Amino acid sequence: MKKWPVVSGQWSERQGLLFPFIFTIFFLLTAHVSRFTTTAYALDIHGFIQGNYAARVTGDDPVGQNGSDYLLSEERLQLELTERSKDGSASFFIKSDFFRDGVAGTDDMEVREGYINYTKDLLDLRVGRQIITWGTGDLMFINDVLPKDYGAFFSGRPMEYLKAPVDGAKVEITTDAISAEIVAILTFEANRLPDPTRFYLYNPFSSAASITTMTKKPGGRIGDTELAMRLFRYIGSTDVSFYAYKGFYRMPGMRVDSMTSPTTLTYFYPELTVYGGSITGNLFGGVANIEGGYYDSVKDRAGDDLTIENSKWKFLVGYKKEIGSELTAGIQYYTEIMDDYGNYESTLPSGFPKEERVRNYATLRLTKMLMYQTLRLSFFGIYSPSDEDYLLNPEAMYKLSDELSFTLGGNIFGGKKEFAMFGQLEKNDNVYANLRYQF
Amino acid sequence: MRRITFYMLCFTYLVLVLPLAAKAETAEEAMKNSQGAFLYAGDDMKARVVMKLVAKDGKERMREMTMLRKDFEEGGDQKYFIYFYLPADVRNMSFMVWKYPKKDDDRWIFIPALNMVRKIAASDRRSSFVGSDFTYEDISGRDIEDDNHSIAKEEKVGDRDCLVIKSVPKDEKGTDYSYKLSWVDKERWLPLKEEYYSKKGDLQKVFTADEVKEVSGIFTITKRTMKNMENGHRTEVSFEKTEYNIKIEDGLFTERSLKNPPKRWVE
Repeated sequence: MKKWPVVSGQWSERQGLLFPFIFTIFFLLTAHVSRFTTTAYALDIHGFIQGNYAARVTGDDPVGQNGSDYLLSEERLQLELTERSKDGSASFFIKSDFFRDGVAGTDDMEVREGYINYTKDLLDLRVGRQIITWGTGDLMFINDVLPKDYGAFFSGRPMEYLKAPVDGAKVEITTDAISAEIVAILTFEANRLPDPTRFYLYNPFSSAASITTMTKKPGGRIGDTELAMRLFRYIGSTDVSFYAYKGFYRMPGMRVDSMTSPTTLTYFYPELTVYGGSITGNLFGGVANIEGGYYDSVKDRAGDDLTIENSKWKFLVGYKKEIGSELTAGIQYYTEIMDDYGNYESTLPSGFPKEERVRNYATLRLTKMLMYQTLRLSFFGIYSPSDEDYLLNPEAMYKLSDELSFTLGGNIFGGKKEFAMFGQLEKNDNVYANLRYQF
Repeated sequence: MRRITFYMLCFTYLVLVLPLAAKAETAEEAMKNSQGAFLYAGDDMKARVVMKLVAKDGKERMREMTMLRKDFEEGGDQKYFIYFYLPADVRNMSFMVWKYPKKDDDRWIFIPALNMVRKIAASDRRSSFVGSDFTYEDISGRDIEDDNHSIAKEEKVGDRDCLVIKSVPKDEKGTDYSYKLSWVDKERWLPLKEEYYSKKGDLQKVFTADEVKEVSGIFTITKRTMKNMENGHRTEVSFEKTEYNIKIEDGLFTERSLKNPPKRWVE
């Protein structure tokens, strides 16, 4: 996650959504009625309506971009529908978002989740679009190799939008000795990065006059199916997990036709294999977690291909504890070490930003609940001693009623290096607000 | 003279100290019986729990959940599985507690929107349960040995004869109150009323058992209220569809059930 490359077409501009929208509403309403007319099904419909806005407060306009202070200005309706078979062994679930993107001036929809679930004896099978979260970190990911939406996170959208869904199948097998989750992802989903038309981002080829960008995504072949596995067992209340993944980097590599005067820039997603493990358990009245993993960069094992990330070791330790009345503190330390650093250094052209061999991050999270848990004050801070950059995220959430909540927060970025993860976002400090009615 | 002093001391001990010691034991026994009747009734339990949180100005908030409990040792380890229906922002969340009287609980929560199971740090048993006036300790009990118990008096609550037991925490730092008075039914051992006193000596919180019913031969508090006397906020709880001894399997209290709660237990 070292750079935010410029990926165009992040926000699809699907027009003519009126018909699917009306159809969905009609379907949901009809289904809702059936809840009262038949006893064979247990149908449930829920969701929310929200307005979510984020404005850059640095006064800067991205040069040549949309000229707006707004990183986000949207109204969103989420509808979810669940239905279970009478015996509970089978169910389906669909969660769809319909939204107006005021910054882009478009209406759009997204199926967040849509799957069929089947449970039998030791097996749980889930097929379809789903969100999967693994690993032990708080916004630090090693063995959670599943897609993230960083653009959503940096523009103050609710935390659930940090995770992007995958299309595939998941089998969970539970036994007394050991349990396993096995996931097959059929279509590759890259990480969603901040939109370059809204955010100031570092672009190493900004000096090139006209450059054509292309994106080559894996997919379309059976061999491109991503496989991920988690083997786990609870020893007492301590969770011990092992992970393996065979697939692709979700952050693209960049290849240009010429380093000196590039005309074409191609983004591609190199092959990746990850092995790792984690332990989560009690320690001194709190919860401690430790996680590690090896990122095997299959296509650049020698580390001498500049366009592909080198293999890396990644480690994380964390600890959280209730330190006062309804006040919880969590700290983490993350480090990653690059393999074959010498080869990386020797192939790096002069003038290009150089990544450190060892990179570190320290994080702090504080959460305080007040007024019968109707007011939540939280702070998340992340600082990198190696990259000398940071992100600060204070937030207050107040529940006006069981249904209605209001959130106000800010993202403050900073750093000395214009290419570092948070350093390059320095001009994107923003304030965000969210008013949500949930039903 | 010395001999007389010795006999007098023996007499004093027999007449004054021994009955006090015996009485103290009785208070502890009564609290044990009370926890047995209140928190360990049956070998396991299932109930639909509806909580109404009422602010001083009358504004109401609702919590609705299925609570499942299994005892692994009478008066000892228990496991709880809670599945939420209301409010909408916690709907489909499940929550699991492995409770041990002698050490910190293990607590896990499942967040459906992220499909994520998280172990939560849980050292403070005096923190509020789902934003209500009940603390975790009020829901799942406090270790008898954490307090010094004594019988203060005997008194009726309604038409029920009760022992009034004063419980003073041995470690004052671990609590937000200085002592508690419990009105324990002498026959059924259910707590019919509790009063918590602040460190200044003021009445802080009052628990009342508002309805007691016999469920499968077990006397059960089906309606209860905890009222905060300092700010007027109260929480009314009703246990609906309570069932006992339903043979909940150990497998319910696992990560698998958190992520995919078995329909037969949560609907």
